[in-house]
Amino acid sequence: MSDAEIDRGTVRRVAEVARLNLTPEELERYERQLKVIIEAFRMLDEVDTEGVEPSYHPIEIEGTLRDDEAWRWSWSPLANSKHKEDGYFRGPRIQ
Amino acid sequence: MNVLEQARRIDRRYKAFNHLPESLEAGAEGRLAGFSVSVKDNVCVEGMPSTAGSRVLEGYIPPFDATVVAKCRLEGAAVLGKTAQDGFGFGTFNVNTAYSVPLNPHDPERSPGGSSGGAAVVTTAAEFPHLAISESTGGSISCPASFCGVVGITPTYGRTSRWGLIDYANSLDKIGCMGKTVRDAALLLSVISGPDRYDSTVLHSPVGDYTAYADEQVEGLHVGVPREYFAEGVDQGVSDAVWRGIKRLEGKGAEISDVSLPFTRYSLSSYYIIAMAEASTNLAKFCGLRYGLHLPLEGTFDEYFSAVRSEGFGDEAKRRIILGTYARMAGYRDAYYLKALKVRTRVIEDFKRVFRGVDVLVAPTMPVVAPRFDEIADMEPIQHYMMDVLTVAPNLAGIPMASVPCGQSDGMPVGLHLMADHMGEGEVVRAAAAVEAG
Repeated sequence: MSDAEIDRGTVRRVAEVARLNLTPEELERYERQLKVIIEAFRMLDEVDTEGVEPSYHPIEIEGTLRDDEAWRWSWSPLANSKHKEDGYFRGPRIQ
Repeated sequence: MNVLEQARRIDRRYKAFNHLPESLEAGAEGRLAGFSVSVKDNVCVEGMPSTAGSRVLEGYIPPFDATVVAKCRLEGAAVLGKTAQDGFGFGTFNVNTAYSVPLNPHDPERSPGGSSGGAAVVTTAAEFPHLAISESTGGSISCPASFCGVVGITPTYGRTSRWGLIDYANSLDKIGCMGKTVRDAALLLSVISGPDRYDSTVLHSPVGDYTAYADEQVEGLHVGVPREYFAEGVDQGVSDAVWRGIKRLEGKGAEISDVSLPFTRYSLSSYYIIAMAEASTNLAKFCGLRYGLHLPLEGTFDEYFSAVRSEGFGDEAKRRIILGTYARMAGYRDAYYLKALKVRTRVIEDFKRVFRGVDVLVAPTMPVVAPRFDEIADMEPIQHYMMDVLTVAPNLAGIPMASVPCGQSDGMPVGLHLMADHMGEGEVVRAAAAVEAG
């Protein structure tokens, strides 16, 4: 497992990637808590996984594709949005 | 007092609901005629606010029913309301939410467990025919069922449709059931199981009438007791109550044997890495444009999305998003996420090997009885996660399980956990009914 320590810079960078603004207090708290949690995760290093396939799912599910038929939803995708105009979502500016 | 008035009273006393409707609509006939079905807040009900316990979904009103809800209506059930939960299912004590923090009816100073806390509270307190749709990712049905002394069944991964569920972790989420009795929970499971055109991950094997298994004898049933599940950290009172339940099965002719699941100790880390990685991708879609929390449109895309997410997500959601994003990032992905998926394979192999020799496994559901809220307030996040040590392995493996009350410790209910191989819901119900019958 990676030897890299999780530090404040890493937490800040990850939060940016995840689109979260952290307060200085949150940053301090998450750094402290994440160090402990990541340290616990490292226990997995003890397990020999040489040649072991990853399990993305717990059980084999037979491929079941439905017929390729179009049908119309009975509801409007805009119904729950407060930011809409002329049948479109209205978003923030790109830059 | 009608059902809705009784539900309001339960809500006033124990804060069990995030939403109750003005009136109830029940069908005239069907297997659930006469039953009210409460729905965990992360399962969509047409016309009822569905927030999954998080502010980021504030005001969201689904225009459709989740498949499991539609199936209940077709069988005559009245949909009672939306039950309280930890936001997105992120929690073991139902304290991680922007809305109701439900109280345990056995002792309101204690947690009812999480994340399906409200479901267990209503199931405990209802004095009318009631069933609860709940959901488990890592133990969120079994834990509250154990803490509240009711029955909770988590089916095989893919047994029930997830369409209309506000996802936590796609490879782990299972919609399941709670009831006051094994038969009640098995009835709801029989109704909500089976294929769905909207969810391609649902298993296609036939759905049985699971209630029929509640009448079967356990004579000759092979019951394994995994020694790792009675290790250090399990309270003596809990262990004693579970052993009394095991003796009950033995007294009815079940054959008890000692078994070992050596990868159990690694399942907690494997589970949390996978669950957080999947959660961080699922929660990427909440951005304040299409539904839920909206803010005034200011700034750039990135500034607006970040503002909405920072205000809408609770503390635990932020922690899991950061950890999950970290575990998937270039440079760390192989060390954490991929490693966890390989360890999951070893955990599944552990169960498959043991199930060649036994029909069901029996263990304590939780290592402790429901803790008090003041005890929970003193716990660090890692201590919360460690409470799931006995439930995460079967959830990682996607095997069916049930928590059934088996006695008390410190005056609080103790849950006995039964687990079977994939598609073994019937065996779980059979053994649970035998424990319940005393």
